[in-house]
Order: sequence, then structure tokens, then C-alpha cells
Amino acid sequence: MTRLFSGRTGPVFVVVLAIIAIWYAAAVYLNAPFQRDTYARAKQADVPVTQLVTDTLNQDRPVLPAPHQVAEEIWQTTVMKSVTSKRSLVYHAGVTLSSTLLGFVIGTVLGVLLAVGIVHSRVLDKSLMPWVISSQTIPILAIAPMIIVVLNAIGISGLLPKAFISTYLSFFPVTVGMVKGLRSPEILHLDLMRTYNASKTQVFWKLRFPYAVPYLFTSMKVAVAASLVGAIVGELPTGAVAGLGARLLSGSYYGQTVQIWSALIAASVMAAVLVALVGIANGIVLKRMGMAR
Amino acid sequence: MERALPMAAGAAAVFGLVLPLFAGEAGTVSTWSETGVLVFALAVLVMAGENLLGVVAQGKGVSGASWFQGPSGDMIIAVIAHFGAWVLLSALGGHSGEAAGGFWALFIAAWLTGWLFVQRLANRKFASKAVQRLAGIAIPLLFGVWVLIAWQALVTGFGVPKVLLPAPSEIWVRLIHGFPTPLWPDFRQTFLKAVLIGYGLGCGSGFLVALLVVRVDFLRRGLLPVGNLVSALPIVGVAPIMVMWFGFDWQSKAAVVIIMTFFPMLVNTVAGLAASDHMQRDLMRTYAASHWQTLVKLRLPQALPFIFNALKINSTLALIGAIVAEFFGTPTVGMGFRISTEVGRMNVDMVWAEIAVAALAGSLFYGLMTLLERVFTFWHPSFRT
Repeated sequence: MTRLFSGRTGPVFVVVLAIIAIWYAAAVYLNAPFQRDTYARAKQADVPVTQLVTDTLNQDRPVLPAPHQVAEEIWQTTVMKSVTSKRSLVYHAGVTLSSTLLGFVIGTVLGVLLAVGIVHSRVLDKSLMPWVISSQTIPILAIAPMIIVVLNAIGISGLLPKAFISTYLSFFPVTVGMVKGLRSPEILHLDLMRTYNASKTQVFWKLRFPYAVPYLFTSMKVAVAASLVGAIVGELPTGAVAGLGARLLSGSYYGQTVQIWSALIAASVMAAVLVALVGIANGIVLKRMGMAR
Repeated sequence: MERALPMAAGAAAVFGLVLPLFAGEAGTVSTWSETGVLVFALAVLVMAGENLLGVVAQGKGVSGASWFQGPSGDMIIAVIAHFGAWVLLSALGGHSGEAAGGFWALFIAAWLTGWLFVQRLANRKFASKAVQRLAGIAIPLLFGVWVLIAWQALVTGFGVPKVLLPAPSEIWVRLIHGFPTPLWPDFRQTFLKAVLIGYGLGCGSGFLVALLVVRVDFLRRGLLPVGNLVSALPIVGVAPIMVMWFGFDWQSKAAVVIIMTFFPMLVNTVAGLAASDHMQRDLMRTYAASHWQTLVKLRLPQALPFIFNALKINSTLALIGAIVAEFFGTPTVGMGFRISTEVGRMNVDMVWAEIAVAALAGSLFYGLMTLLERVFTFWHPSFRT
């Protein structure tokens, strides 16, 4: 028992339990006014507290759905529905996942290329780097609807516009991380390469790139999460057709709180899984390269 | 590179002199009939010629260096490049969508000349520190200016419809005309109310919870992994829920901003407060310092770089959160509201004006945080040069 609590598992477990408890308490508190209203309309007086609590946790359109309602909704829309059905959360998650991954891949490639350019050219370093940083102060998510509408107008629709937003959000951490990583070899090592008369390409592939791999994976973890956010926001203006963002939007139009929360939870699980996958890939690659610590 | 760029620019200028400048329904316009453009093309040729002479001299073993390779040459190149961009763009004004081969060749010549200037500026070592710093600021600024020039030239040159992408000049006009209304009320609603209040409350509460978490080790071990996870989640998604709970006005947007900024602040502050090493904390113990004394005199100063990191991340997150939350319902004012309605009305230049305001506000906010960081963490190695 003490061993369990001296590590991380125990405390995390307790914190998660606490969050769920707070969630239930908040659900009761927030849903109670509506429930009292219903009782008053039905002319039911003296409702026992236990009755009130169970009713607040099982409303159709609660202000805050209870965890078990969300879990039930997720179960209903994933396992009980066929994957191709438009009511299936798996289908919507798949739509979001495809544009997330496309944007993430393009963003990572773009980020790496930019970083290589910045590390090797003084002019690019001086002129481009400040703009890479300030590009993120532009609230791109705010332009997301316009990009999608405009690209639709010139006949580009489907995955690419959404992936573009994901790309914009995900290239930045990769560029910054890779610039740092490609510059991380010690001067001693760079000098050694010089004494070997290594060309720039050789220095890059044999020294700089291996050094940058851990940085690449760290920034890819950030990038994949950012690109999921981009994909979700990119789905908002398309008129709630498909995807987790569309589920959020249609849920908010029709007051389906349970649907909003289930989409949110699905998105969170997806983010966690994606980040974990990058982490696993990190472990495998570093082990193969003999860099695992 | 510094030898190749003028050659390429000169070659492009030759094409510019031969090919027609504009080709429209009213017939073609030759480069020779536009005085300003002609002067620019000839100036580029002279520059390329001087460079050619230098290369030839080097080939013969004579030093190819001339006064043109010095700072005064830089100035001349800068003047040629920007004069060229200016005459080309002003000539283009009356011939929207009619740009022909000569125009593009000369535009490439101007662009290469501009690149040459930046290249030379980046490689030059200035004796005075102030001038060196000025050059460091000028290079990215020039890059931005040339992006705008290219944008303007491409959009007007190809006659891209305004609905798709307006030219910077049109956005500028809209920005000036839209200045008191509707841009200022939108800015006040979104930035001064939702963003600033949400940012203050979110960062403040994240900081306070971090102080508490550091005090209780159990909480630190339990809350930190959860906080790290939540930082990676798509929190913007809570926007519709917040709009349902707190109504359409700025309160709901501030709530989204609070949630978005809380976790980065919490995680960073906790990491920062743990940054002081054991020796330092032991030293404080030998001084019989209390928890609060250690906190204020040792751990908080050590945590400042991390806290400022969170403040900088949050400054962009806050703006994004507030604008996106407005897509889910607002009163008829606000930057997100304006963007989504003007997109529907195909007033794309208004949207871009709004984006320009947002980008400027975001950059200034970020810049302010960077400035504060420099003032408060002047001792940090990354600022000591």
C-alpha cells in the first residue's frame, strides 16, 4: 500500500477519483434547479433528497451530464452502432483522425525542412525564425472557417483544408524543436567531423540528425496534440457534416449536452492515444539507435 | 551566392526589357514606355555588369573587391530593390490581372535584388553594437515587407478575385475605414473583456494552485501527470458547454480562456518551483528559512523563466480560445462573431482586417510578455550574451 502511494499510480488514481466525485457533485448541484422546476410543474411536493439526486443524474438534457450518462452514450455510439453509421462516434472520430494525421505528417515534414534550412543558412535563420515564432501569435484557428470556405469556393474540399489548419498548428513545435536539436551537437564533435573532412551532408546525417531525433519526438508529441485541435476546429464551419468538431457543433445547436461531452471525451482519449503512440515510437526508435536511457 | 544573385537578377531584367510588361484587352504595354520601370531594369543591369566585371577581375587574379562590395553598395542595392518594387506595383495599379512575362521577369529581378541585400546585410559585421542590433531587426522586417510585396503583386498581377484573397492594399483600406466601428468595439469585446479577464484569472489561479501543489507532495505526484495530460487535450472543445452555462456574453468566453490557460500555468509553475537544486534548498535550511522565505527568495525567482514561458504560451492560447468560443454564439459584437458573419457575406477583406487586428494584438501581447521576461529574468543565461 505504501509502495503504491510512494510512486505515481496511487496519487494519480486518487486525483482521478476526486475529479469524478467533484463531477458528480457538480452535476447534482447544476441540474437541481431544473429538476425542482419539473417537480413544481408536476405538483409533486416533498420529494425525498435521494429521489432528487437520482433524478438530477438521469435527466435527458442535463446542464452537466453525469459521468455514467456520458459513458453510456459513448458505449451506445461506439460498440452498439455499426462503424459506417453516421450516428457512430467511431465514424466521426475516424473522419477527424484522418485529417489530423494528414496535417500532422505534412506539418512535421514542413517543420523539419524549415529547421534544416534555418540551421544551414544564416539569412533564413535571421529572416525566417522571427516569423516562425510570430506566426503562432496569429490566431489561425480564427481564420480556420475562412480558409475552409475559401478553399471550398475554389473547389478544394474534403480533407485538405482541415489538414491545412492542422499543418499550420503542428509545424511550429517541430521547427523550434528541430532547430534546437540540430544545433545541440557539441562543438567538440563538430570539430571532430571537420578533422575527418566531412562534408555538410555527412555532418548532417551522421551527427546533427541523430542528435536531433529525441528533440524531434518531443516536439512531435506537442504537434500531434495541436494538430488534433486544428482538425476539430476546422470541422466547425463546414456545417456540422462529419467529425468530432461537427458533433460538438450539432450538440450545441440542439442542446444535446450528453453528445457534446461524449465527443469531448472521445477527442481527449484520441489525443492521449496519439501522444502515447508517438511516445512508444520514440522509445522504439531511440532503442534501435542505441540512445535509450 | 553574393556573386550569383546579381547575375540572376540581371538575366531576369534582360527578359523584362524584351518581353511585354502588360498584356490586356487594350493591347500590350512595353517596358520601354514606362519610365520608372525602365530605370529600374537598367539599374539592375548596371548592378549585374559591375558584378560581372568583379568576377572577371577575380578570374585574372586581381582582387575583385570594389567600393560596391562595401556598405555603400548595400545602400544602393536596397534602393534599387525597393524602388523597383514600388514602380512595378504602382504601374500594376491600372492593369490589374494583365501582368505579362516582362512584369514577372522584372518582379523576379526586384525580388532577387532584395534577397541580395538581405544576404549581404546578414553576413556583414558592423563595428558598432547598435547598428548590428538594428540590422538584426531590419532583416526579419524586410522579409515581412517582401512577403507583402509578393502577395500584392501575385494577387493583382493574376487578378485573383477579392472573394478568394484580397490584396494587402485593399485590406489596409478596410482597416482604415473600419477603424472606430466596427473594429474597436469588436476588439474591446473580445480582447479587453474576454481575453484579458480570462487570462488574468486563468494564469492567477494556475499559479496559486501550483503553490498549493508544491506544498503537498502527494498532490504534486497525483496532479502533475493529470495536468500534463489535460494540457495536450483539445480544450477548445469546452467552448459550446461554457456558452451554454454562462450565456452569450463575454463571461462564457472568459471561462473558456480560464480553462485553457490554467493547466499550462499549473504545469510550468510546478516544474519551475522544482527547479532549484538540493544544495540551494539545503543552504536555505541552514539559514533556518521558513517555507515562505524559501519560496519567495529562492524558489520563485528560480521558477520565473518557467512562469514566463507559460505566460507566453497562454497569451496566444487566450486569444484563440476567446475567438473560437465566439463561433458558438455571441452578442452581435466581437472578433470571432465578425469573422464568421463576414465570411458568410463574402466580405473577405473585412475578415482579413479583423485578422490583422487579432494578429497585431496577439503579437503585441506576446511581445509585452517577452519584454517583462527580459526585465524580470535578466540574470538568466539565455539573456546574458
